[in-house]
Amino acid sequence: MSSSSSSSSQMGELVADKHVRYILMSEKKESFESVVMDHLRMNGAYWGLTTLDLLDKLPSVSVDEVVSWLLTCQHESGGFAGNTGHDPHVLYTLSAVQILALFDKLDILDVAKVSSYIAGLQNEDGSFSGDMWGEVDTRFSYIAICSLSILKCLDKINVEKAVDYIVSCKNLDGGFGCTPGAESHAGQIFCCVGALAITGSLHHVDKDLLGWWLCERQVKSGGLNGRPEKLPDVCYSWWVLSSLIMIDRVHWINKAKLVKFILDCQDLENGGISDRPDDAVDIFHTYFGVAGLSLLEYPGVKAIDPAYALPVDVINRILLTK
Amino acid sequence: MHGRPRKVYKPEEEAASAAKAVKFRSLQSQFLSNHHNKIYTKEAIDLSTKLLEINPEAYTAWNYRKLAVEDTLSRQESDPDLVKSVLDEELKVVESSLKQNVKSYGAWHHRKWVLSKGHSSVGNELRLLNEFQTLDSRNFHAWNYRRFVVELTNRSKHDELKYTEFMIGNNISNYSAWHNRSVLLSSLLERKADGFMPSQKIPEEYELVHNAIFTDEDVQSGWFYHLWLLDQTVNVETPLLISSWPPHGSRINLSRAGCLNDSSSSSKLTTFPLILYFDQAVGGVSSSTVAIDSELKGIEDLVWEPVSNKNSQVSCVWVARLKYMSSEPCFFPKEYKVKVRIGNSPGIVSSRGFNFSVPYEFVFTARVEDTVQEEPREVIVSWTDGFDIWDAQSEDLKNLVNLDQLNGQMDFKWRQEAIAEEIDLFRTLPDSNSKIGKLTIARLLMAKATMSENDVKGVHYEEILKLYNDLMALDSTHYHYYKDEHSVALLRKVTSSTESLSRHLFRYSDMNNSVCLRLNNSSLSRIASVEKLLFVQMLDLSHNELHSTEGLEAMQLLSCLNLSHNRIRSFSALDSLRHLKQLRVLDVSHNHIGEHSVDTTRYLCSSPLSNSEWSQDEVGRRMTPSLVTKYWDAYFVLRDLNLKQLDIAGNVVAGEEFSSFVPQVVPTLVWLNGHKLRS
Repeated sequence: MSSSSSSSSQMGELVADKHVRYILMSEKKESFESVVMDHLRMNGAYWGLTTLDLLDKLPSVSVDEVVSWLLTCQHESGGFAGNTGHDPHVLYTLSAVQILALFDKLDILDVAKVSSYIAGLQNEDGSFSGDMWGEVDTRFSYIAICSLSILKCLDKINVEKAVDYIVSCKNLDGGFGCTPGAESHAGQIFCCVGALAITGSLHHVDKDLLGWWLCERQVKSGGLNGRPEKLPDVCYSWWVLSSLIMIDRVHWINKAKLVKFILDCQDLENGGISDRPDDAVDIFHTYFGVAGLSLLEYPGVKAIDPAYALPVDVINRILLTK
Repeated sequence: MHGRPRKVYKPEEEAASAAKAVKFRSLQSQFLSNHHNKIYTKEAIDLSTKLLEINPEAYTAWNYRKLAVEDTLSRQESDPDLVKSVLDEELKVVESSLKQNVKSYGAWHHRKWVLSKGHSSVGNELRLLNEFQTLDSRNFHAWNYRRFVVELTNRSKHDELKYTEFMIGNNISNYSAWHNRSVLLSSLLERKADGFMPSQKIPEEYELVHNAIFTDEDVQSGWFYHLWLLDQTVNVETPLLISSWPPHGSRINLSRAGCLNDSSSSSKLTTFPLILYFDQAVGGVSSSTVAIDSELKGIEDLVWEPVSNKNSQVSCVWVARLKYMSSEPCFFPKEYKVKVRIGNSPGIVSSRGFNFSVPYEFVFTARVEDTVQEEPREVIVSWTDGFDIWDAQSEDLKNLVNLDQLNGQMDFKWRQEAIAEEIDLFRTLPDSNSKIGKLTIARLLMAKATMSENDVKGVHYEEILKLYNDLMALDSTHYHYYKDEHSVALLRKVTSSTESLSRHLFRYSDMNNSVCLRLNNSSLSRIASVEKLLFVQMLDLSHNELHSTEGLEAMQLLSCLNLSHNRIRSFSALDSLRHLKQLRVLDVSHNHIGEHSVDTTRYLCSSPLSNSEWSQDEVGRRMTPSLVTKYWDAYFVLRDLNLKQLDIAGNVVAGEEFSSFVPQVVPTLVWLNGHKLRS
């Protein structure tokens, strides 16, 4: 819980139990809004489960249930779909790998098969396609690098070329876009900086230039936007914040103001966090709000790794031990 | 998911939503069945159209449509009209999906896929783009698609440049348009296309961006473009050498201790570092591109290494360790002139691809003598006693310290004029409390100081420091950004002349008169101007606000470092110290190591997390694995250092467990927290 009652009445409070209940109940939703997101259930599961772990409530779910459903999403190609019956794509393959990492169940995977699927999507110029249909985006570079690093198979891709491609997407404002020449956007910046972090290549980032662009995402309300002249949104508490942390420039924003903004986005009655105060809540923003609070060292929230977007104890366990 | 107001649904609303959900579920499962059974009848395709109309994000449906198109085309290849109608239908479906959700990745990609089959006209695509970009001029999908169409149809960069001008004219705060303009312009400038000389173009762009900055204080679009123009004005593309160790004209003493007492006949080997400091990261520094002339033995086949993390072949700082040895004792001091010539042969290239093209040479004198002095005893180094002041006028200070700017700026008349004009313009702004106004003046003044002649350099620093102090109060959200800039300006000021620097210089009599720089209690939150401080052997940075040692890696002569009473939160923040092969004494007492759950230098430190360090070494394998994991950053950082003296007291981490772990990681350690370790 919060450090002292006086500070929590000033700053608001994280209603952690309500968020846990919100996440556990979301499975049962049969509204139209939830059904149109059916195809990205794998992402939703990752967001929900990681939030539960950050709040130390992962044991509330049945590992076996999740894992057996997860396996029904795997294709013969080795990739994972967003839900049973849909097509495979790296977006869902990463979430599947992350979920198994959370549960310490990576051993159920045929690692060679999954890693071959991912590695097979690298193109000549070092970029990655999302699936067999060829869409290229630096999001997919991040996904490939992050998942293969967790699976300890980074050597299956040409890391140097992958890094070169990401660097080719670097803009004159220090940020990164989805393809060469594309405008800087906090989500893409997270992906590129994260990929460079995981491959020990952060020397390619102009930390001061990018740091200033990122810190200027903090607007008067204390929230962060994703690019100039846009509205603040809780999900940027993750994309912008984790990027700032990876390049050691997080002290350039006002952390207390951001904490307040995130807490103001909670639905204090029903649980869940929304993009902006008084908007509808969803799992996506609940995860990013809690993850943001973790990066801001909010008491009662476990530490999250800014590059892999999984709890630090999970990543340390996987990468620092033989 | 975004921008929907929070509301409590009435039961009838919930029921309606649930009914809609049931219908959609049934539609989707029918679709999936068609997909798995590879059914591409008109009926089946129409079903997918219906699905995508409701939910353009159903990505599997876009995949299915591609398969359906391929199936249809494979049966109708010979009929161009039929092909056209099939592809037209796809474009129609995309367009109607985009009207539903203009940010659908699946829809945009499907359109690109259709176009790659060689259909539709430029006119049609530009019409579509115009529509969408008018609706939302910041839609990056549309801008990306525009770039795709431009490339596909070979539209000229000049035309696209005009388009950005048109978009900016419509709305001065269109960051997307400014961004695209910067991409096009930098490409034309780099290629030195006709009519695109920086000296002419950059001043024109300044005029264009002024409107954006002065219209509305809060509109950020112009700020970043202006910063880019400033960078183009101040920084030359070709890499330059800005500093070296030893500096030109210096006299260095290389004493070989204990030679006369050495009974063995083997040669005595001593090393000292040769440092080259460039203004930007370069690669290709080697004994082929750097020539050294001297009678001093040991200069053959020098190995040059970049001072950077393990995965990088480029750096601003390059080091070669000159080993000199002789089997004969040297009774009288001998002087050798050493001439270093850089850039006579091509090969040194910046990471942006520009060659180091202006050859440069510097000469220093190495004075070699053998001394009777024995190997230094294991005496603890004190930071308070035994220091002598150094006179600014003394010969040996002048021999060591050379702050002159190397390499005058090339082609710099237009640059100086542009900066001067900008300074004048910003100084006349009516709103004296404008954040961007103050920040820009501070940056312009720093730029002016960089480009000035040596003797007028000190002038602007007071004003710059005041501006940053004002900004810390004016824009408290970004307080620490301005604080860091303030520290950078402060250090530039201190190192701007020998006189100001000498006020902080001392000699430590207990250690061969080592050169000590004292910058303690200076409110420093950041390190800078290191290129001027390469001669420093002892550095006192205690009682400051530093959270990282970023920048110190260039100080190759450093043997003693005091970082006590700062804001260091982890050993990973000290990663740059791994490059200091001569570091023997380190004080990080009274910091915040172990206090925080978030490590902001976790990925700036070489470790298995960033795939830049592999398994544990021999020493690590003998240690308790759980401790190596628990204190991973201390392990990876300390094991590369040959420290004799370390202070870690006053940190949360420094309990019994950690204190007994450290000597295992650093076998050379003699003093820990002021106590002598039992050997």
